[in-house]
Amino acid sequence: MISIKAEYLYKSYNKVQALDDISFEVDKGELFGFIGPDGAGKTTLFRILTTLILMDKGHATVEGLDVVKDYQKLRTILGYMPGRFSLYQDLTVEENLQFFASIFGTTIEENYDLISDIYVQIEPFKDRLAGKLSGGMKQKLALSCAMIHKPEVLVLDEPTTGVDAVSRTEFWDMLKKLKSEGITIIVSTPYMDEAELCDRVALMQHGRIMKIAQPNQIIKDYTEKLYAVKTNNTYQLIQDLKQFSETKTSFPFGQSIHFTPTDDSFKISNLSKYLTKSGHQNIGIEIIEPGVEDCFMALMAKEPIDRGQES
Amino acid sequence: MENREPIIRVRNLVKKFGDFVANDNLSFDVTPGEIFGFLGANGAGKTTAIRILCGLSKPTSGEIRVAGFDVYHETDLIKRNIGYMSQKFSLYEDLTVFENIRFYGGIYGMKFGEIKTLAEELIEKLGLTEYRDTLIKSLPLGWKQKLAFSVAIFHNPKIVFLDEPTSGVDPITRRQFWEMIYEAAHNGITVFVTTHYMDEAEYCDRVSIMVDGRIEALDTPSELVRTYNTTDINNVFIKIARDPEQRSKEGKI
Repeated sequence: MISIKAEYLYKSYNKVQALDDISFEVDKGELFGFIGPDGAGKTTLFRILTTLILMDKGHATVEGLDVVKDYQKLRTILGYMPGRFSLYQDLTVEENLQFFASIFGTTIEENYDLISDIYVQIEPFKDRLAGKLSGGMKQKLALSCAMIHKPEVLVLDEPTTGVDAVSRTEFWDMLKKLKSEGITIIVSTPYMDEAELCDRVALMQHGRIMKIAQPNQIIKDYTEKLYAVKTNNTYQLIQDLKQFSETKTSFPFGQSIHFTPTDDSFKISNLSKYLTKSGHQNIGIEIIEPGVEDCFMALMAKEPIDRGQES
Repeated sequence: MENREPIIRVRNLVKKFGDFVANDNLSFDVTPGEIFGFLGANGAGKTTAIRILCGLSKPTSGEIRVAGFDVYHETDLIKRNIGYMSQKFSLYEDLTVFENIRFYGGIYGMKFGEIKTLAEELIEKLGLTEYRDTLIKSLPLGWKQKLAFSVAIFHNPKIVFLDEPTSGVDPITRRQFWEMIYEAAHNGITVFVTTHYMDEAEYCDRVSIMVDGRIEALDTPSELVRTYNTTDINNVFIKIARDPEQRSKEGKI
């Protein structure tokens, strides 16, 4: 069963092509991620799907409802958490939740079960003004407010951006629980490591979808040989790998540099010799499995770069 | 490096807002030319501490010197000797590339002739020659952030503070950005950086991790990974940031 279907969506703001031929389908009950940097078009796409703006061209339905014609009906079954914190800062935690419940003609009591796991964590502060909450708590309140009318589809625009690693992990645990209730969830994020937590992901850049697949399929489709290179001097290593005649790409990746060779016949010993000659010590070179971020960068390299595309 | 005077020296820094203790007795040194990662959970007190180090807010107590100057009485001198860049605000959108550089150079008291020469050099180095007179708002985010960093170190400060500089930037640009950080550090500028990308913490010479107003850990990334007996800084971070339920009870999440 299909929950969300988008066909050939285009949207531009003046000269900037924010969405450039976007098509995809999301299954009912799926946790689907849109992964990409700022300017990829994630927010524009979500605003179209939540009936807040109109596309220039194309067609989209959510739960069989047309995002343009059936917008009123569609709004009642959608839960939307915008990227910017958009609750009422001068209402308390509880007042915000009550407000959103009453707008949708329901009460906190009626759907409390659905949000209880999340809300119980912020309930001790229900009399605090929303503006006075810390980042992690704001995020939980925003999710509670987006859920209080028991939506069929949940649209979360960068819920974890700027959120620390611990709160991010907790947030994804909450999403998994909501998914188990059968809710369809689409979520956007600039953090590539979060791709692995989705059923399927769309990798986005410059208003286009570069690839849609399950995270493990994305990794399987990576065709390069990828090596992690480490030495005692990372700064020098970055420079030296750029100069190495067999380097196709080299990118810093935490503790090591991820390196791909120009040719399949590449031998580790060649690089090892080169680095030794350049004065490196404690040289470590090993072949590794790529992560989604490696795959994203490989796909970026294949895409034509439109200068000045982002806004 | 160990024998040099610290460029940032913090002893018993306390900052209270009413009853709330945002910074609870912080003590640490930052060495000149070091890339110092300042990590912490949301609400741990990072921003409060950075504001004090930048001379924008006075501590409640403690002895703190930045670039050799005292944070109570010499804030003007501190501001002149540091650079600052954040994700939220970096450049003026309705000024051109050149105008932004000129504006920041002017703020820091550089002479126009010097600004002009260095600005043209910088624009060429960043490959922005054909965009010299383009408004910032029409540049891609990645370019803006690279330019913002260059502008933040344009007056050759002793220290540059970077507050989540790569948030939302694409993965390739994010790495180019870190190469610029490495280069600045290599040229002697001390880098004080916050980030939520845990892989970036690995690029730092040393990393401190704040929880609930205190520094819970401070060491080189590899030593932290060893001490906490795990695989990477992400896991170190998760181990250190306390039991969520406990923190939630205290209203800190």
